[in-house]
Amino acid sequence: MSGNGVNKKSGRLDVRKTYKMLIGGAFVRSESGRALDVNAPGGKWLGHVCRASRKDFRNAVVAARKAASGWANTTPYLKGQILYRAAEMLEGRATTFREVLQSIGFSPSAAKTEVTQAIDLLVYYAGWADKYLQIFGSVNPVSSPYFNFSVTEPMGVVAYVSGEKRPLLDLVSGIAPIVAGGNTVITLSTGRAAVAAMELGEVLATSDFPHGVINLLCGLREELVGQMATHMDVNALVTQGADAKECAASRGACALNLKRFFPREANGKGDEDPYRILDTVEIKTTWHPVGG
Amino acid sequence: MTETNISTKGSDWGYAPAPESADHFKLKEQYGLFIGGKFVPAGSGKRFATTNPANEKTLAHIADAGEKDVDRAVKAARTAYDKVWRKMSGRERGKYLYRIARIIQERARELAVVESMDGGKPIRESRDVDIPLAAAHFFYHAGWADKLGYAFPGKTASPIGVAGQIIPWNFPLLMVAWKVAPALACGNTVVLKPAETTPLTALLFAEICQEAGLPDGVFNCITGAGSTGAALVKHPGLDKVAFTGSTDVGKAIQKSLAGRSAKLTLELGGKAANIIFEDAAIDQAVEGIINGIFFNQGHVCCAGSRLLVQESVEQEVVEKLKARMEHLIVGDPLDKNTDIGAINSKAQCERIRDYLKVGQDEGAELFQTKCPVPEKGYWVRPSFFTKVAQSHRIVQEEIFGPVLAIQSFRTLDEALEKANNTPYGLSGGVWTDKGAKIFKVTRGIKAGVIWANTFNKFDPSSPFGGYKESGYGREGGRHGLRPYVKLS
Repeated sequence: MSGNGVNKKSGRLDVRKTYKMLIGGAFVRSESGRALDVNAPGGKWLGHVCRASRKDFRNAVVAARKAASGWANTTPYLKGQILYRAAEMLEGRATTFREVLQSIGFSPSAAKTEVTQAIDLLVYYAGWADKYLQIFGSVNPVSSPYFNFSVTEPMGVVAYVSGEKRPLLDLVSGIAPIVAGGNTVITLSTGRAAVAAMELGEVLATSDFPHGVINLLCGLREELVGQMATHMDVNALVTQGADAKECAASRGACALNLKRFFPREANGKGDEDPYRILDTVEIKTTWHPVGG
Repeated sequence: MTETNISTKGSDWGYAPAPESADHFKLKEQYGLFIGGKFVPAGSGKRFATTNPANEKTLAHIADAGEKDVDRAVKAARTAYDKVWRKMSGRERGKYLYRIARIIQERARELAVVESMDGGKPIRESRDVDIPLAAAHFFYHAGWADKLGYAFPGKTASPIGVAGQIIPWNFPLLMVAWKVAPALACGNTVVLKPAETTPLTALLFAEICQEAGLPDGVFNCITGAGSTGAALVKHPGLDKVAFTGSTDVGKAIQKSLAGRSAKLTLELGGKAANIIFEDAAIDQAVEGIINGIFFNQGHVCCAGSRLLVQESVEQEVVEKLKARMEHLIVGDPLDKNTDIGAINSKAQCERIRDYLKVGQDEGAELFQTKCPVPEKGYWVRPSFFTKVAQSHRIVQEEIFGPVLAIQSFRTLDEALEKANNTPYGLSGGVWTDKGAKIFKVTRGIKAGVIWANTFNKFDPSSPFGGYKESGYGREGGRHGLRPYVKLS
């Protein structure tokens, strides 16, 4: 490929891709009309991605809230199948993703590892969808004539801020446990990671996730994290790779509606961990008398 | 049945006084802070009085802890953690908790009487609920101390460190147990701040720790008001903060911890809906409504303070409720016949009376029973509001008193919509004889504890805690261990 995308052999001009965000099942640009440049590590201009606004985030929350009860009530078996379907779709587009990752500076082998790990991670959480309740739920031996049991329930709408170092893996390792737990999610990808994230939107949109279950935004971290932490209709905030200052600000801001806050280290440790599902579910305990 | 009938019957069959005796123990005139295994005065020498809300008499003078005292207590807890408690085997830790459980059982009547004198709750409740449950919490958690490896499959659990715990005045000793038992079982040490209106049983608990031979500094108790609690939360030596109380204070604590790594769990307010369907066993449901809102004078975060009743049985339920309420005896907490004791403090009594006024100003209709109340002390007659709207403050805000808001509904979906339409999510109730409907409603209520065909039941093995603005973290059961361990 030459600089302007003319194929040297055929002389044909490539059709470029416009990277769009995924909100409520629709591929959209930012309502603000703003865009960000994405450059390769060497400085070469790769294209534009959207710069999501506060309004885009709020729209995404509306879409996620609308989808929340339907997804929460989707059977665990079907949730698992849809997560597995996402793995199938990603596997089918593995080559594209390797190319995308290489274009933003990954070596061929690093790109391959990132993509295969992301696929395997989807398979891993697909398998948890109909099992974690058995691990984390309980029947409780109360000392009175009652049947008493505790189950997990989704928190509702979760905002997730993805890291930049692992554009695909950070995103998948965040999304998969959140949606396996029955929540809907709005993610934010930043910097170069945004191109991989927007590409993933096309995988997720063809994986049978109902519209609004997964919403992908890209933009500036410093512009949007505060919005995520203060939004009154978001139940939890999970962040990857926040510095101490951002963590403190987010924890304080989350107090506004007591949304649950989980800062995670961006070191990839614990990608495969059912306790991540436990983070964004609630425990509900039910009592009923036993008697005639 | 008409109201007149009921009240006539009531006067025909009065109860003779049946006071529980308080002569089998003697309270001290003053109590110090419990730091490093010893009772010590506050550095400032300041004290405050704790009073009996049923007669406004002073019971004892209590040391008022300042910042320096908090610092001493946290340091004592740190030393005990580093040198003794974290190194001790789970089995040995557990044995201390078993000892504590046993001594609570042995001193049960003393603890029950003091609880009722200091806090105003009826002796029947402190004797039959608070104290036995407190002992049960220690007994339950004692057994976990050497079995934590089984509580978290695939993970290794280790203690967090020093926990600062702040508890409210509604279940003073029971909250000590809910907080302290899991913390110690998991290998943490504790600095506890009881509420300023009900410090006595926490201080008796400190004596119990001495009697049990608990190593010095593993449990520390600092008494004082909100400023003492604030100083504790602010202390950089804490690895964990656990708070039970109002949502406003919980939010302030989360904000003040924002820049720190200290872990936090919050058990906050509630505004539970108790939903009665037309196919419920109505008489049982009425008992459930009574227990839901009038248990412990309604000073219960999980109280069923909103009644949602299906329109077709609304009149029947309200009439039966009125009749049942007229039988409730308000008065001396130490009388075994008393159903509703004293309001915990003057401030809380005023707050409840404010809400009674607010409700009427908003256009709701107030019903109060006609029972006599003593002249001295703080009292509120059992009350409910009808003709309330979802947006009324008495529907949206926690009153924390014997005041019920009654709304009606036509369909199950409408009931759920109304039940979930508050910022809270601690508990809920449903009454119906249809099994499938029970599951639909218990699933639909966004709250951490749901009682179906019962209300206000508690057990150490049963996780308790809220959704949404009722806080996060669970207390009790296997899930209640999670806030007190690090997993790796």
